[in-house]
Amino acid sequence: MAIWCRTLALDRWRQAEGFAPGKGADAAPLVLTVDTAHGPRIAAANAAALAEGAAPGMMLADARTLCPSLALRAADPAGDLAFLERFALWAQRWGPWSALDAPDGVLVDVSALAHLFGGEGALLTDVVGRCTARGLTVRAAIAPTAGAAWALAHHGPERAILAPGHDPLAHLADLPVAALRLDPDVLLVLRRLGLKRIGELARVESGEGDQASGRDALRRRFRTRHAASANPLIRLDQLIGHVPEPLLPVAMPEVPLVQRRLMEPVRHRASLDTVMADLAADMERLLEGRGEGARRLDLALWRVDGEVLARRLELASATREAAHICRLFAAKLDDIDAGFGIEMVRLTASWAQPLPLGQADLETAAEEHGTSLAACIDRLSVRLGAGAVRRPVLHPSHIPERILRWQPPLEPEPVHQEELRFHARPAKLLDKAEAISVLYASPDGYPRRFRWRGEVHEVARVEGPERIAPEWWRERGNARLRDYYRVEDGEGRRYWIYRSGLPDDGRGGMPDWFLQGLCG
Amino acid sequence: MELASLPRAVELVHAGARNPRWHPGVAPALHSEIFAASSDGGGMGALLALAGGALRQRERGRLEQRALLWVQDKAAIRLSGRPYPPGLPPGLRHRVIHVAADSAKDALFALEEGLRCRDLACVIGEIAGNPKEMDFTASRRLTLAAERHDVPLFVLRHDARPDLGSARMRWRVRSSPSVPPLWDRGAPGHPSWHAELFRARGHAPGEWTLRDDGHALGAERVSTPDHGDLVPDAGARSLAAG
Repeated sequence: MAIWCRTLALDRWRQAEGFAPGKGADAAPLVLTVDTAHGPRIAAANAAALAEGAAPGMMLADARTLCPSLALRAADPAGDLAFLERFALWAQRWGPWSALDAPDGVLVDVSALAHLFGGEGALLTDVVGRCTARGLTVRAAIAPTAGAAWALAHHGPERAILAPGHDPLAHLADLPVAALRLDPDVLLVLRRLGLKRIGELARVESGEGDQASGRDALRRRFRTRHAASANPLIRLDQLIGHVPEPLLPVAMPEVPLVQRRLMEPVRHRASLDTVMADLAADMERLLEGRGEGARRLDLALWRVDGEVLARRLELASATREAAHICRLFAAKLDDIDAGFGIEMVRLTASWAQPLPLGQADLETAAEEHGTSLAACIDRLSVRLGAGAVRRPVLHPSHIPERILRWQPPLEPEPVHQEELRFHARPAKLLDKAEAISVLYASPDGYPRRFRWRGEVHEVARVEGPERIAPEWWRERGNARLRDYYRVEDGEGRRYWIYRSGLPDDGRGGMPDWFLQGLCG
Repeated sequence: MELASLPRAVELVHAGARNPRWHPGVAPALHSEIFAASSDGGGMGALLALAGGALRQRERGRLEQRALLWVQDKAAIRLSGRPYPPGLPPGLRHRVIHVAADSAKDALFALEEGLRCRDLACVIGEIAGNPKEMDFTASRRLTLAAERHDVPLFVLRHDARPDLGSARMRWRVRSSPSVPPLWDRGAPGHPSWHAELFRARGHAPGEWTLRDDGHALGAERVSTPDHGDLVPDAGARSLAAG
């Protein structure tokens, strides 16, 4: 079902001023204007102004020449949109969900529930009656698809109903192409092509008889238009129901919020901690009632001198333990500058997740049995920063330093291929491979003696090379291959070194040697 | 005080009479410290072998695999790199949670928080040098937390002087030449480490050559001349009893 508030801006203005339609200031010509770069432009005009020749979209100066006595008020598009959101929620009395159809319409899903209102005709009568009682001039229509309902509400007869069994094209053929919700420039193109009604467009598009070339030309013309509002063919399919049209439903967000207004402004940390403990306890009770746990908490502190301080806390897993929340916030409140005092404190859980009941007091449990992993990670990441606590997971790659990715510790591990058993890898990998200078290399190519961090190592045993080619699908063409060797020096210290490139590979000069890992 | 409860002079002179020698089968200490050079991966290898032995002993017959907290301070990351799971022992490589701390102070905080967590199998720390936060009080706190919550802690000290500390076992480790593999005499074989237990509660000091074949920890005694009557250096003495 589509509901179109025809004169939403004017209706809102009348309600704000308290006039009935056609009475008071509304009896004289009056327009609502918006300021544009070229001067004020008319957004809406009342019946008297329309009769005088002023039309929406006209420049105010042009309208004034037609009707010098034109009164004007400023339009309020943002207020209209906010009103429309509330109206969409109110319209959920007729159906389980509704979507905004900016700037002045609402779509409501009324599938299989018209019988509750006594049939579809009675439903539409109810809609129009209730909206009129609220002072809104509306047109409503019911159709199997959102596009068809919109077209009927805007351009069809009063209270039109398109039953599911009817052929939409046959019933909507006489409506103008503007009923397809198209952009003005597309409408202009269609008008120049001589396609004025939906029926004409559908006949060309279906390509019956000698129209085949017309159909191809139309498809070619709109081939590159991917937005639905710029492509009449997509809109036509949406109207018939061949193509689904996702709508974004309006949902009422309800953020758990607790706050304390303080009788006396707080200037000291101890009293702020008391307030914080009270708020956390309130929040715990609130979240417990909803069966949720907080993942993100926002704390806002209103200071007497008009400043608002904000602190945000992200949690590794959903929790509502008051003591845990207090403890995490305590670290964030250290640098609060209270100034002349804090007069209001508000705690909101802007991200909450379902968390069933059943966990006992965390702090005493922690003293006796230790903390849980999630609580431990929360404490670590609050103190050390979220990037400090991570977990290595394997990633499909050949290059040793690229095979690891670091992710937050409690996220599930992605699917990966197991490391091959015969690959011997070091236990520690340096963040950046360090260059070593090879003092003496054997004829086979591996070093017999090298210097690393100022210390000379005599190689006693060596295994290799293990050749790892560069990933050509990712790197530039001149990336060099690596020959890895596991070496052990005379004292038994084991290292993982590589030679970057070959002497005659034509990708740079003589190859350098690097030390990348320390074996255990 | 009961006179009989005091140790007799002969026991004090011969510590070995009261304290049995360490061997791989004994219950592992909950707080061990390992001193090694940062350029030597052997310290890390010996730590992983000891930790692996402790976990095998503690997790016998247990199905779940709990995570492992691995804390490094910035200097330790720079000197010896980060843990690389493909090269870790198979039982440990999927369980690592890594904490990169900026300073030794943060690393100590992370170690203590890790010890107080019941869902961790083991905590591993790496601290480079002798930062002033790593004093006797800090190490005492770690020992108490580890013993209270029964979570083993292994701390690797890179290039550090063994000053006062309350760790229950203090090792000094360096790599030793590996046993050549059977089929390629020129290649590095199974690693082995020379480990000196220079201070332990309940065990006499000694030196071993440690090996880990993946299933059990092997230790072979290194015979050294007995200097039992010489005064040990100051660092080996402890303020703690025992």
